[in-house]
Amino acid sequence: MTTTAAAPKAPKLKTSAMIASFADPGQRTSPAPFGHALAELAERDERIVGLTADLGKYTDMHIFAERHPDRFFQMGMAEQLLFGAAAGMAQAGLVPFASTYSVFAARRAYDFICLDIAEPELNVNIVGGLPGLTTGYGPSHQATEDVAIFRGMPNLTIVDPCDAVDIAQAVPQLAAAPGPTYLRLLRGKVPAVLDEYDYTFELGKAKVLRGGRDVVLVSSGLMTMRALQAAEALAAHHVDVSVVHTPTLKPFDEEAVLRELAGDRLAVTLENHTVVGGLFETVASALVRRGRGTRVVPIGLPDSFLEAGALPTLHDRYGISKDRIVERVLAELG
Amino acid sequence: MTSNVETAPAERQAAVEAAAYRIRQHALAMGEVQGQGYVGQALGAADILAAVYADQLAFRPEDPEWDGRDRFLLSTGHYAIGLYAALAEAGIVPVEELETYGSDDSRLPMSGMSTYTPGMEISGGSLGHGLPIAVGLALGLRARGNPARVVNFLSDGELDEGSTWEAAMGAAHHRLGRLTAVVDINALQADGPTAGVLRTEPVADKWAACGWRVQRVDGNDVAALLGAFDAIAAEASTYDGGRGAPAVILCDTKVGRGVPLLEEREKAHFMRIEEHEWAVCQDQLTAGYRGPAEAGPAETQTRAKTQTREKVAQ
Repeated sequence: MTTTAAAPKAPKLKTSAMIASFADPGQRTSPAPFGHALAELAERDERIVGLTADLGKYTDMHIFAERHPDRFFQMGMAEQLLFGAAAGMAQAGLVPFASTYSVFAARRAYDFICLDIAEPELNVNIVGGLPGLTTGYGPSHQATEDVAIFRGMPNLTIVDPCDAVDIAQAVPQLAAAPGPTYLRLLRGKVPAVLDEYDYTFELGKAKVLRGGRDVVLVSSGLMTMRALQAAEALAAHHVDVSVVHTPTLKPFDEEAVLRELAGDRLAVTLENHTVVGGLFETVASALVRRGRGTRVVPIGLPDSFLEAGALPTLHDRYGISKDRIVERVLAELG
Repeated sequence: MTSNVETAPAERQAAVEAAAYRIRQHALAMGEVQGQGYVGQALGAADILAAVYADQLAFRPEDPEWDGRDRFLLSTGHYAIGLYAALAEAGIVPVEELETYGSDDSRLPMSGMSTYTPGMEISGGSLGHGLPIAVGLALGLRARGNPARVVNFLSDGELDEGSTWEAAMGAAHHRLGRLTAVVDINALQADGPTAGVLRTEPVADKWAACGWRVQRVDGNDVAALLGAFDAIAAEASTYDGGRGAPAVILCDTKVGRGVPLLEEREKAHFMRIEEHEWAVCQDQLTAGYRGPAEAGPAETQTRAKTQTREKVAQ
């Protein structure tokens, strides 16, 4: 091992708070879009109630609780009770939004969501914080497989919003949908991106945000923000990139996505989730079912338990940062 | 209050005992169709189900979805045989339909599900779900200004489930004074006696520690059951807006109750009864109810339920 003169080292990044921000420095953000959207919806719809399992402050539910204290129910750190009770409230004619972290909803309370909510098709809206890799706390908090867990549940609509615009527009549509929904919540200061595009959120619909001749990026959640950033960066490399945002993962808008995947452009899926059981496999199975042999490049989290650390470090390490996406696309193009 | 409170106690007791007898008859008849099943549990819980449906709950047989109804939530899906018998007794399910129990395309599946059966409020079967749902239902009804009561029937086996205790704490925290839990303590679980599977005693202390009003009665003693429900009603009448401690009735019951042949049989979660024994069971049931002198062919009659008991808003 050779020793070289001590080079100045960059300071190591810190894990920071439980819910670290994934917004880029200087990026335009909107505070607590879910909490504000729910509080506003409740002004118009008296059936709306909010529940949480000791994570109101960490899922932006506290905004709703402050505005509608008599319609907010603290269920304690008891996720089975949270979702069982949400089912009971829906049976009583209310429209509950029940929040916790995605790991607890998917891993601890699955049986209750499945049998009490999804089977009788009750209008309960599950709000899961920290989807995918949005915390540096490690596997206890990182819901890297929540979509894989929930996709097999009949009747459940799964929504993976990109930003504050998506969330604000999605909340009333989730309440209006008659059956159960699962929202992969982005909380705190959430980037606002999609208002720069000709875009509105429509439950169940994928939207082409920009066209491009060389590559098609199919993405959901915060990875759509990264896809748009990567598309800009790839333009400097004379690569013309199309971005298709599919915030509803189930039911999946096969028509729109497969229409865009026709032809010989490089097809890439981007998801803030393990490459097992999420967007990549949804797209792949849709292609196979129609006899299409399109090669698809999966960009997503690896099939492993992820490390703890700072989000920028981890996003880079696991290949979902803008720079790593650009690298990967250029490599695939040869 | 319900009008039944004014009924003379002896009459009330006799009416509930008669209902329990018919529920047991129905359960045996359904068990005979299947040749086996959860007959032991249904017989053990028949007095509780009779007290609830013949004396306590407000409902409209012709309109099971009536918003003002009291809600009865059966956590233990496999007790559905007992609940179907009670729903027939209540006039919600036609008696003739009971023979379809557990058959293909029946509205009466082996494990109770809300999407199949009128009057079945929840899908049980995955144990430990009833009380959490009951908590939300009681919260939701109260939030909507609906004074209906919520009664959750659960088994002592469900006291193994952590979700039951999450809900027990939640109900007390939210002061759900219109919520009543009825625990069937038959001391038997799928793998054997409860005491050997997972010790749950002292059960009363556990509920009290969670903030519930606790009564423990012989769950096969109709007078004791009615007394317990009356005590709950008296206490609840002092609650402001239904806010107060929730109540639990711990009911010690005997598997196979009312049929000595089954009471004495080795206790099993899923009881097998030989083909020739069903008639004996019905005869023993009738002998026990009517006295030996009147024992004869099993009756299949049921009380025609024409009256609706509705609750005056509290």
